[in-house]
Amino acid sequence: MKKKVLISDPTLRDGNHAVAHQLSAKQIESYSIAAEAAKIPIVEVGHGNGLGASSLQVGLAAISDREMLETARKHLVHSKLGIHVIPGFATINKDLKIAIEIGVDLVRVASHCTEADLTQRHISFAREKGKEVYGVLMMSHLASPELLVEEAQKMESYGAEAIIIMDSAGAYLPSDVTERIEALVNALSIPVGFHGHNNLGFAIGNSTAAIDAGATIIDATARGFGAGAGNTQLEVLVAVLDKLGFETGIDFYKLLDASDLAEKEIMKIVPTISSTSIVSGLSGVFSAFNKPVERISKLYGVDSRDVFFELGRRKIIAGQEDLIIEVASNLSKYPQKVK
Amino acid sequence: MKSNQKLKVAIIGSGNIGTDLLIKIMRSELLECTYFVGRNFSSPGISKASSMGIRVSDQSIDAIVREPDCCDLIFDATSAKDATYHWSILKPLGKIVIDMTPAKLGIMCIPAVNLEDALKEQNINMVTCGGQASSPIAYVIGQFVKDIEYVEVVSSIASRSAGPATRINLDEYIETTEAAVKKFSEAKETKAILNLNPAVPCVDMQTTIFARTTQPDMDALKKEINKMVAKIAGYVPGYSLLVEPIYEHGRIAVLVKVQGLGDYLPKFAGNLDIINCAAIEVAEAYAKKLAVKNSVVHH
Repeated sequence: MKKKVLISDPTLRDGNHAVAHQLSAKQIESYSIAAEAAKIPIVEVGHGNGLGASSLQVGLAAISDREMLETARKHLVHSKLGIHVIPGFATINKDLKIAIEIGVDLVRVASHCTEADLTQRHISFAREKGKEVYGVLMMSHLASPELLVEEAQKMESYGAEAIIIMDSAGAYLPSDVTERIEALVNALSIPVGFHGHNNLGFAIGNSTAAIDAGATIIDATARGFGAGAGNTQLEVLVAVLDKLGFETGIDFYKLLDASDLAEKEIMKIVPTISSTSIVSGLSGVFSAFNKPVERISKLYGVDSRDVFFELGRRKIIAGQEDLIIEVASNLSKYPQKVK
Repeated sequence: MKSNQKLKVAIIGSGNIGTDLLIKIMRSELLECTYFVGRNFSSPGISKASSMGIRVSDQSIDAIVREPDCCDLIFDATSAKDATYHWSILKPLGKIVIDMTPAKLGIMCIPAVNLEDALKEQNINMVTCGGQASSPIAYVIGQFVKDIEYVEVVSSIASRSAGPATRINLDEYIETTEAAVKKFSEAKETKAILNLNPAVPCVDMQTTIFARTTQPDMDALKKEINKMVAKIAGYVPGYSLLVEPIYEHGRIAVLVKVQGLGDYLPKFAGNLDIINCAAIEVAEAYAKKLAVKNSVVHH
C-alpha cells in the first residue's frame, strides 16, 4: 500500500497576502468549487493572518471573516474547511465562536514559535466544541529544534491533534527542515506537518525533506499563491509525491484545472521569487512584509533591502508590521549599510 | 506630610505586578503598604516583601476580611476572575479598590486623561498596559479628528515580561484595551493587537496607535501629541515618543515606547511599569484628596 500524505491548501488564506487581503466572495466561491472537485482534503480560508486579523496593522480585508467562511462553507462538502487563528489577533468571543457557528471543520491555532502557551485557551475551546484542532508554530526558523519540541509538546498537551511548523520567512534549507521535523516526529505522538515558502527556491525541496523526515501533512497552494515568493506549489508537489510513490487522494487533472482557474480568476500576478523576496528569506523576515516594507521604505527614502536586514537583525516576528515604520524612520535619520 | 499620615494601602496578589507596586510604594511619600497578601509564603513576591520588612499573609482576601482596618485602599493585582470575587467583599467594606486586572468592574482610568473623574469612584480599573500606553494618544487623535471611524492599537512586549496570568488573559487584555480605546478616542470601532517578541536581548515595550481618517493638520496634531507624551512622562518616566505621527496609506500612525524603571523586573518590562506607575499616580492623588478633606474636618 502506498504511504499517504495529507494535503492542506491555504490558497484562499495565505494567497490573501499576495493581493493585500482583497480576495472577493466570488473568487473564494470559484476556487472552493474547483478545490472540492479536485478532492483537496483541506481548504483553508481567511485573511492572510487568519481570523480577526483584518487591521490597519496587517491590512484590511475586502470582505468580513463571516462572508469568506460562509461562502467557502457552501461549496466545500468533502473537503474540510480550515481556518488559521492567531491569539493576539483573534479572540474566542469575537472571532472563534462565529467561525465555529459557521461550521468550520479544522481550527489551526497558531503562535510565534516560542509562544505556544498563548494558544492554550483557543485550542481547548475549539476541542470542547468538537472541532479538529492543529497547533501551528510560525516563524519556526527562529527556534532551535529542542525549543520547537518543547513548544509543540505544550500544544499537544492543550489538545492539538497535529503540529505544523511554518517556514514563514522562506528561510530554511532542506537540512534545517530535516533536523526539526525529525526532532518533532520523535518527540510527539501526533502527526507533524510542514508549511513552506519559496523565498530561497526550496519550497518543494523542503516539503519533500519534511516528508522524508516523517512529516505526514504538507501545506501547498495553487501556483504557490501566498505571501512573499509564495508557498509550496500545490500541483507540482502532488506530481512530485506521485513520482515518489505517495498517495494524496487528489484528482490530478482536476487539480491542474483548479490551479489554472486560480491563476486566471484570483491572481493579479503569479508569485515569483522577486529580489525583495530573496532578501526577505535571507534576512529571515516574515514573507508577507514585502508590500509594507517597499511602501514605507519609499516614504522614508531608504533602501528596502536595508530595512529587511535590520528587521531580521531585530528578530521582528509576524504581526509586528508597525515596526517597519520605526526601522525605516531610523534608517532615514541614521543611514547605515546593514548588509 | 509626616509618615504616620501616609495613606494605608494593601496589595492582594504577590506576582510581578503586586511586587513591583510594593517597591514603588516604598518610595512614595504619600503611601504606606501595611499588608502584602498572596496565596503562598514561598512565592518570590512574598519573600521579597518579607525581606523588606512588610507584613505579609498567605491568606489572600481572607487576610483583609479578618482585619478590615488594616488599610483604606487596596490594589488588586490578582486575575480578572479573582478581582471580581474580591470586589464583592471589598465593596461593602467601603475600601477603595484599584483594580490592576482587566476585570473592567469600575471606571477605566488613564491618569493623563480622566484622573479627577476616577477619584470620585470606589473601584478604579487601570485597564491594561497597552491601554495605558495607547488610550491617551487615541484620546488626542479623537479630540483632533471629529467623528473618527476606526482606531487600532498594537503593542509589542518582550516574551519574558509576560507572566502566565498575562498569557492566559490574552483575550481579556484585547477586549479591555479595545473598550478603553473606544471610550477615550470616541471612535466607532476599535481593535487591539498584542505581539510577544522573544528576541534576546529583550525588546522594550512599544505601542503603535493607528487611526483611519483623512489627513488632518499633522503639525498641529504633532504638537498636541507631544504635550500628551510629556504629561504621561510626568508619572511614567520611561514613556517617550518613538516616531512622530505620520500620515501614510490612509492612516495616522504614532509610535511610542515604554521603558520600565527596573524596580522588580528589568527595564524592558515597560508594560508592567506603565500600569503600575499609573496606579501609583491614582493612589497618590487619592491620598492628597483625602489629606485635604481630613484637614478641613480637623479645622
